[in-house]
Amino acid sequence: MSSVTAASAWHLALVGTPNSGKTALFNALTGSRQKVANYPGVTVERKAGLLQTPAGRSVNLIDLPGTYSLRGRSPDEEITRDVVLGRVASESAPELLLCVADATNLRLSLRLVIELKRVGRPLVLVLNMFDIAQRRGVRIDLDRLSAELGIPVVTAVAVRRDGTRQLLGRMDEIANSRLGAPGENTWQPPTPADLRAAQREADRIIAAAVAMPAKPDTLTTRADAVLLHPVAGLVILLALLFVMFQAVFSWAQPLMELISSGFAALGLAAHDLLPPGLLQSFVQNGVISGVGSVLVFLPQILILFLFILLLEDLGYMARAAFLMDRIMGSAGLHGRAFIPLLSSFACAIPGIMATRVIDNRRDRLTTILVAPLMTCSARIPVYTLIISAFIPARHVWGFVSLQGLVMFGLYAAGIASALGVSFLAKHFLWQEHETPPFMLELPDYKLPRPRAIAMGLYTRAKMFLHRAGTTIFSMMVLIWFLASFPRPPEGATDPAINYSLAAMIGHALEPVLAPVGFNWQINVALIPGMAAREVAVAALGTVYAIEGGKEAAEQIGQALASKWSLATALAVLVWYIFAPQCASTLAVIRRETGSWKWMAVTFGYMLALAYAASFITFHVAVALGAG
Amino acid sequence: MPESRQPVNVRSSQPLGQAPCGFRGRVDAIEVPVATTGLPAHEIESRLIELGFVEGAHVEILHEGAFGRDPIAVRVNHATIALRRREAMAIFATADRPA
Repeated sequence: MSSVTAASAWHLALVGTPNSGKTALFNALTGSRQKVANYPGVTVERKAGLLQTPAGRSVNLIDLPGTYSLRGRSPDEEITRDVVLGRVASESAPELLLCVADATNLRLSLRLVIELKRVGRPLVLVLNMFDIAQRRGVRIDLDRLSAELGIPVVTAVAVRRDGTRQLLGRMDEIANSRLGAPGENTWQPPTPADLRAAQREADRIIAAAVAMPAKPDTLTTRADAVLLHPVAGLVILLALLFVMFQAVFSWAQPLMELISSGFAALGLAAHDLLPPGLLQSFVQNGVISGVGSVLVFLPQILILFLFILLLEDLGYMARAAFLMDRIMGSAGLHGRAFIPLLSSFACAIPGIMATRVIDNRRDRLTTILVAPLMTCSARIPVYTLIISAFIPARHVWGFVSLQGLVMFGLYAAGIASALGVSFLAKHFLWQEHETPPFMLELPDYKLPRPRAIAMGLYTRAKMFLHRAGTTIFSMMVLIWFLASFPRPPEGATDPAINYSLAAMIGHALEPVLAPVGFNWQINVALIPGMAAREVAVAALGTVYAIEGGKEAAEQIGQALASKWSLATALAVLVWYIFAPQCASTLAVIRRETGSWKWMAVTFGYMLALAYAASFITFHVAVALGAG
Repeated sequence: MPESRQPVNVRSSQPLGQAPCGFRGRVDAIEVPVATTGLPAHEIESRLIELGFVEGAHVEILHEGAFGRDPIAVRVNHATIALRRREAMAIFATADRPA
């Protein structure tokens, strides 16, 4: 098997049920030597990494999507099944399967082990979180368990520095022994009777080899008494979301000021260094201020992801799905849609990708359709800019910032419209469709691990910076070009931008967008804003900077406050609740649904909503005297 | 899968979907009523079993939702599973005798 070339790496795969700590173990084993890509033809994430055993054998480890069985109920689970069975052409069949189980909760994992044994590949059971199991008084007779299952059993503590030493040592032993030889594959998709028999066998083995403590985890029980309480639980969830958004708005402030003054200094330095002219304008206004005005939102994005990652690691996300299920269900959404939708607050792209946990296609489509309505972090720059320019920095009821409150309102409007759209989809798009089941394991609470959180944040930051460095940067150059060419004619009296391509486009759109209160400068910013929403802010900056000179560039907000009416500002805010989303979101929808139709549907309905809502907002505001 | 079905004791067994919060008991049978949910009956049955609902398992309803007392969180042996009452109608259980 492993003798294709002597130097080639040994192929191992991690399988396990959801919540088994499989990914934590993967991170512990591979560290930073991992690569995330997609399986060809499907959109399932492929996580692979390299490691070395103590004997110096190099191992290629892949982390397969979590599953309760190999039945393959979703694209993710189908990948797990196909890789385990060696059916994926681009993937070497795993030479050893590591089945990861939560040592405190073995029941469902042992059933999976019994099913995996039929595949005939060498198999090891890894009892993860073994330290927690011991602390809670779970007594596991490892020899007996190994004898009953007929496979090696290893313990591991993924979160401790040397917690994987025993596992690594065992890998070498297995590689050198007969245990590493594959057997016959007798796996068949299990029927309910097969599953039942396997679970009974697993229960028999547990009765023989495992002594569970008389009482369940008291901390989880006590916490759930409050956190899952029908009333208190919902109140706490809402309070948590509220704190999250206040934090995003206020904690990030000092860091953001630091970044923006840093870029301003950099811009000035470039200005002094370069001779006046086109190049100077390009570097200072096009490149530095463009990229700076987007990078400034990195702190907010990181704070939001910090909350999401912490809640996920803590085990609270599944509880949130439980609490939200009925509310989401009445709007035609699945309780599981809660997590993808919550991730969409950071960015619709990971959110839409996370809809893969929903195995029913129609539920998944509905979730994908409304995910872009969740206020993604790319809208924060737009909201922040306009709110700080038009909403006074006062406190209401003594402690709630008015600006934060407006922000909360914008988020709430996004959520409400998402619920409304999915309700309509349920009743008009899939009339005859029955709601599929909501079934979810609620794992015991676990203290979040700083290293895992740091790693998650690092990945997010890298993604954002990469985007800022490529897509957004090229958009900035394009906008600068549109706003700078053609050059004004000799003896022109108006500001240079009035002669540019950008102005022509903005003016061309005027008849269409004037009814919603937009001037041509906004129209100019909307176009690149569709490529990536946060670019709209930088575009406004460029448009007004070039128009009004250096002072305006430093104070985009002040420029807006003097040039827009409140009604226009509100119309722009409302436009961005629905804002036809960025090109990358559309691309992801196209990829995830496998159809141009759904991409067009999403774009069309959001554009229509944005136009209608801005129209109403503008005219109501004008009627109330804010015009 | 008739061979796997156990006769349901009509007098003492009740669907978990109708049991109150705090109910403790033992699973007698998993029997999915036909045409009650969007998925085929054997699929619902498979999923329930995969989450540990098999005959003989000990169940306790720990929590219920605010609206329509739905969904419910059920302790199944040593794990906690959230599901809707509609699917829990397929789980028949006999209440523990008070100690």
